[in-house]
Amino acid sequence: MASVIYDEKSRRIAAEMVAAETRQIAQREAQECDCKDGMFPRSPASRRRFLFATGSAASLAGSTAALAQKAPPGAVYFDAPADPTKELGRAVAADGGYGSRSQFETEVRTRFPTANEYTSWSFTPLDKMVGNLTASGLHFERHHGGIPTIDPANHSLVVHGMVGTAKKFSIADLKRFPSVTRKHFIECSGNGLTEWNKPTLKTVQGTHGLLSTSEWTGVQFATIAREVGLKDGSSWVLAEGADAAVMTRSIPIEKMLKDALLVYGQNGEAIRPEQGYPLRLLLPGYEGNTHIKWLRRLEVSDKPFMTREETSKYTDLLANGKARQFSMEMEAKSVITFPSGEMTLPGPGFYNVSGLAWSGRGRVQSVDVSVDGGQSWRPAQLNVTPESVCTVRFSYPWMWDGKAAILQSRCTDETGYIQPTLKQLIAIRGSHGPFGSIYHLNAIQSWAIDETGSVANVHA
Amino acid sequence: MFTPKHMLQAAGILVAVSVAAAASPALAQNQDHYGLGTPIGPQELAKYSAIPADGTGLPPGSGTAAAGAKVFADSCAACHGDKGQGNPAKGVGGDRLLGGRGTLASDTPIKTVESYWPYATTLFDYVKRAMPFNAPGTLSDNDVYAVVAYILSEAKIIKPTDTMNATTLPKVTMPNLYVFNQY
Repeated sequence: MASVIYDEKSRRIAAEMVAAETRQIAQREAQECDCKDGMFPRSPASRRRFLFATGSAASLAGSTAALAQKAPPGAVYFDAPADPTKELGRAVAADGGYGSRSQFETEVRTRFPTANEYTSWSFTPLDKMVGNLTASGLHFERHHGGIPTIDPANHSLVVHGMVGTAKKFSIADLKRFPSVTRKHFIECSGNGLTEWNKPTLKTVQGTHGLLSTSEWTGVQFATIAREVGLKDGSSWVLAEGADAAVMTRSIPIEKMLKDALLVYGQNGEAIRPEQGYPLRLLLPGYEGNTHIKWLRRLEVSDKPFMTREETSKYTDLLANGKARQFSMEMEAKSVITFPSGEMTLPGPGFYNVSGLAWSGRGRVQSVDVSVDGGQSWRPAQLNVTPESVCTVRFSYPWMWDGKAAILQSRCTDETGYIQPTLKQLIAIRGSHGPFGSIYHLNAIQSWAIDETGSVANVHA
Repeated sequence: MFTPKHMLQAAGILVAVSVAAAASPALAQNQDHYGLGTPIGPQELAKYSAIPADGTGLPPGSGTAAAGAKVFADSCAACHGDKGQGNPAKGVGGDRLLGGRGTLASDTPIKTVESYWPYATTLFDYVKRAMPFNAPGTLSDNDVYAVVAYILSEAKIIKPTDTMNATTLPKVTMPNLYVFNQY
């Protein structure tokens, strides 16, 4: 297979990510316990050894203070009674009125080890996810200048340029407009960027974790456009964030009027600070970096602004040295999340193979699963009703016979587009990446299972 | 280039300028508006900027490479290296700015301002909005013009004696201009 060319910086950070993931896997093995059985099982012998060791340490340490620090992020530590039916639980609303997750749930986002932690990204732990929506606190992140703290009382959205009346809207103003609530995924165009030439990262969190799905609530841009009026010749809109990067992207007005949302709600509450509190742009199916967070300004123009992100960064360098711009749409893709890389199946028998499928061009039509490396395909069950530009949780009942197998999934969207193999993708886009870039890798993912049940990322 | 005029008209979004449209009962003024938001004028908009390739919106002021050398040493070199070579050190991670010409079609492409950025106006826009990384938006417009002149001069895209201002900057032709799609 032809080799994809990575530029100097991409090669460096990919190497650093491999090292970081190895450290994370080592940490995760150290945290392994029986409560995670079936989800991330390692060899029984090593697991029991570890449990024995922690049990001893806990009884020696003794103090609640020492244990309190063991609560994972997003959780609060409490002593677990031997029998919860023999003593009262915690008082109602003793948490101050806002709940937290169980102290026994440890999944977290992991940061890509860019040199600078203020311009970096973190991956959603897809291998630990259940259902179709991503918990707000586990939604993947990409920040270009850290996460700003913004008082919504001091924040407004300015809409100007080629408009009838330039206007400023407070968050309170925006909440008075008719709103819509829609479920959409967001995927970073760099999702999988390490995987073009050879299987590189080991877990699905690393290979596909720049994907998350939320229910978003906000105002349609079309509603605001009608309020201010657009002048003849309006064809692009600059969106600008209120972060330290004052992040900007130019968006075609056709997209803005078709389905762009100005969202202030996520999964039933205010959008999280990492996702743009108090307001973000949502562009269903477009690459993640265009969904400008901490949105403060929309400038209507007759041309794109050629910002740094749309010229020097999120563009696709071709094999011949030329480059494509504004390659915005995320094409149909899917991945099996269970079983996936670094898991071990305890033995032959029944497994409910499960994963996610999505398309930036509309609804998922169907998902097929192969257990023989793509030689034969069977339809998977869709566990939720497909919605436009939203992930679908799928599953496939599988009786593993204990022999080596290669698991794959393949998404077909409502346009009839079928998710390609990596070979097909490179044949279409050339050997210099997708139309020559490290971005927009939507190929079929392969997980190899050997006779011991060990699962590994492979190219097949 | 697409023309979304028909789309805007169909959606009733286009500003009504013709007599016929204004007289149409369906476009009676109050039906199209919720009356929310506050009109704002040029004074309040002056604090925002985004500079497209034709230089619209470039502020007054100017700078030369000589002045820019000092700005660069004081505000940029710590992250981008004293020669614009970048600094991948942990906690820094500043991009390389110079060099890399002729590498884009090779097996080891190096993307820098000199080798890859298609518009000089983008450099001004980005430095003004987001640099220096740990104190964004603190350089004066003269300092931004100067440091842009310094980087372009070090890249041998302009002469060391050239002055960058609202007139000259949009006329700079970057080496990589014609490898991008044209809009």
